[in-house]
Amino acid sequence: MNDSFDQISQQLKGRHRKSMRLKYYSMGALALAAAFLLIFFADMLNKGLPAFKQAMINVEINYSEDAAKSGRAAVNRDFSTLISRSVVRTIPLEMRNDPTLLGTTVQRWVLASGEVDQYLKGNRVRLDDEEMERIDRLVETGKIEQQFNVGFFSRGDSKMAELAGIMSAVVGTVMTMIVTLAIAFPIGVMTAIYLEEFAPDNRLTQLIEININNLAAIPSILFGLLGLAIFINFFGVPRSTPLVGGMTLALMTLPVIIISTRTALRSVPESIRHAAFGVGCSRWQVVKDHVLPLAMPGIMTGSIIGLAQAMGETAPLIIVGMVAFIPDVTASFTEAATVMPAQVFTWANEPDHAFVEKTAGGILVLLAVLISLNASAVLLRKKFERRW
Amino acid sequence: MMLTNHPFLIFCSVLLLLGLMAFFIARKKATQVRASGTAMFSQPDQYAWFAVVATAGPAILLSALGAFVMLLIGADIPTFPLLLASLVLAAIGLAVGMVLVRANFHARQAIERVIRWVLAGAATISILTTLGILISIVGEALNFFQMHSFWDFITGTTWAPGNSFLMAAGRGDGASGGAEFGSVPLFAGTFMITAIAMAVAVPVGLLSAIYMGEYAPSRVRAVAKPMLEILAGIPTVVYGFFAAITVAPFIVRVAETVGLDASFNNALAPGIVMGIMIIPFISSLSDDVINAVPDSMRQGSLALGMTKGETIRDVVIPAALPGIISASLLGMSRALGETMIVVMAAGMRPNLTINPLEEMTTVTVRIVAAMTGDLEFESAETLSAFALGLVLFVVTLSLNLVSVIMIRRFREKYRVNNL
Repeated sequence: MNDSFDQISQQLKGRHRKSMRLKYYSMGALALAAAFLLIFFADMLNKGLPAFKQAMINVEINYSEDAAKSGRAAVNRDFSTLISRSVVRTIPLEMRNDPTLLGTTVQRWVLASGEVDQYLKGNRVRLDDEEMERIDRLVETGKIEQQFNVGFFSRGDSKMAELAGIMSAVVGTVMTMIVTLAIAFPIGVMTAIYLEEFAPDNRLTQLIEININNLAAIPSILFGLLGLAIFINFFGVPRSTPLVGGMTLALMTLPVIIISTRTALRSVPESIRHAAFGVGCSRWQVVKDHVLPLAMPGIMTGSIIGLAQAMGETAPLIIVGMVAFIPDVTASFTEAATVMPAQVFTWANEPDHAFVEKTAGGILVLLAVLISLNASAVLLRKKFERRW
Repeated sequence: MMLTNHPFLIFCSVLLLLGLMAFFIARKKATQVRASGTAMFSQPDQYAWFAVVATAGPAILLSALGAFVMLLIGADIPTFPLLLASLVLAAIGLAVGMVLVRANFHARQAIERVIRWVLAGAATISILTTLGILISIVGEALNFFQMHSFWDFITGTTWAPGNSFLMAAGRGDGASGGAEFGSVPLFAGTFMITAIAMAVAVPVGLLSAIYMGEYAPSRVRAVAKPMLEILAGIPTVVYGFFAAITVAPFIVRVAETVGLDASFNNALAPGIVMGIMIIPFISSLSDDVINAVPDSMRQGSLALGMTKGETIRDVVIPAALPGIISASLLGMSRALGETMIVVMAAGMRPNLTINPLEEMTTVTVRIVAAMTGDLEFESAETLSAFALGLVLFVVTLSLNLVSVIMIRRFREKYRVNNL
């Protein structure tokens, strides 16, 4: 090889250029992921934030004789087509519950119909020009207003977009998660303690270990099939309930909790165990009084992450029937319920365009909860993490 | 519900009462024995706990066993006598516990043994879960294969369960009239979407891992890692909504401007979004593996005059390759089993095509479709979901096993313990 100095430095330049190119490509890949995250959140906020606003109309409700029969008669003809059907429907009911209302008139803010709401938010609607003009006039006079949508948080599901809320799904989620944690946390921690602190290194232990790693990677929908075949068909747990949903999710969360608990237990230094054994503790006493307290932050972090994962899971819950129309808040663990992601799924399938913002709004709430759960897990780890 | 709950509640409260009694009486007795000057093997509290275990343990075991036998064999054991028997057993246990409060009994070791068994019992639940999945899926899948031939299922190219409800209602015209269960188009769709996802996830995930492992200053790392974790924490149903509402129409519009015809349920949208979902799995595992490659290898390469890029390409990546492949396989098994994104963004119509702009369906979509229909559980379509689930289980399980073996090989080669 008789390359001249110039040739070699040329080559070197080329090689360095190539090297830099790899750096820029890899930087670009990370930037791409970041860009996606930005686009995603911008899109969700753009679609979902309107869900927190709801058009309201200030109308005079006239509790007349006619209104007791048909609620539509209680309001001025100009308004009756603009307010939500649900308001109209409840007027006769109100009068039956409270007979003193008869003959009185009340001025108050009521829900506008979904069409009015969508019109104010600038979406396409099926209103004619005359109605649009009327709405514009009412907006100018302050009779129609977009207010904070309290109902979105306080009501259950509904087929009418302006009435639909996330309350029943939130309650269902909480109940399902209670079941999930009540099963997965103790069993998961106990399994991890057994494998880390007690188990002899034999075939059975290895089998359990391989099993747990595999369970963590099995598609979630298969847990749904298990829930359907074993819990519902075999043990007769009622379908669509927080009980069966929670049990199914518990099996899914179990490996997450086991794996993180084992990591936490492993990070407790041996010297602590030796010291405890040295003063005459039995194995269980070592674990209970010394190892577990030190591993607790790690275990909690893992459990919170597992919980957040279970909270976002939908596929197995579809199979066990938890994607259901639940207008009222569920009161017991053996009643039909739905959860937040399932509610999002139900709304995403609604043909009415007004449900798009409901879906995105639900997603924002769900994401806020999940991200704060994960953030608290990270904070917990940061705060209590000990380097030995 | 109330009627079954009522005796159960009484049972629980009586058991709780007995347990409390056991605890306090045993502790008192042990304290007395010790106060009288006899040296005892264990502490009073340990005797007390042993008495509680002796009281509650057998009783709970008996009632659980009874309930299980009742469900398993369908034997009709009346609830009330069963619970009563359990309570009698609890009382006997209490008595035994009391008798055993004596100086030469190792209460601590006895508790230790019980705890060991309880913990081991908890550990076997993971095996039971896997067994449960296997039994439930294989059992129902076998039912399905009795109705339809396994060979047709594996090689058939038409998936048309449409008429199976007629057969379930007894109005079908004979053996397999109308309903066809050929799973090839479903698997073709699944692999197509998975391939698109991997085409997005592997380069982006791997390159970001390289950047984070080799180039990034610690400040960038501190931001990038949580960012990728957020990506991993987004629920799949949310990704599905994003794919269906934002990405799919965008792809249709882009395809129109280039003069192509794309379906709103095209395979590209769920594929791309699924790829984004998998990026964090691949990048975090690859990052770990790249970090585990010993620094001496990098130093050796740099000392020979290789540029940094050449070191990464020719030394670090080849060394980390088993780990990277195992990460990709794990990502792939996740993509194969992913449900919500494809249910919301991919099509329902089985379609055997290689054009990603066309509508196609996947295994998981058909499982969900079969499970959410108003069909009898014993109908062929519902059971077909279990057959599909079985194939899915086998495929993902083997991918996971290969991945575990690869990572173990890597770990042994470089003696890293934290992978």
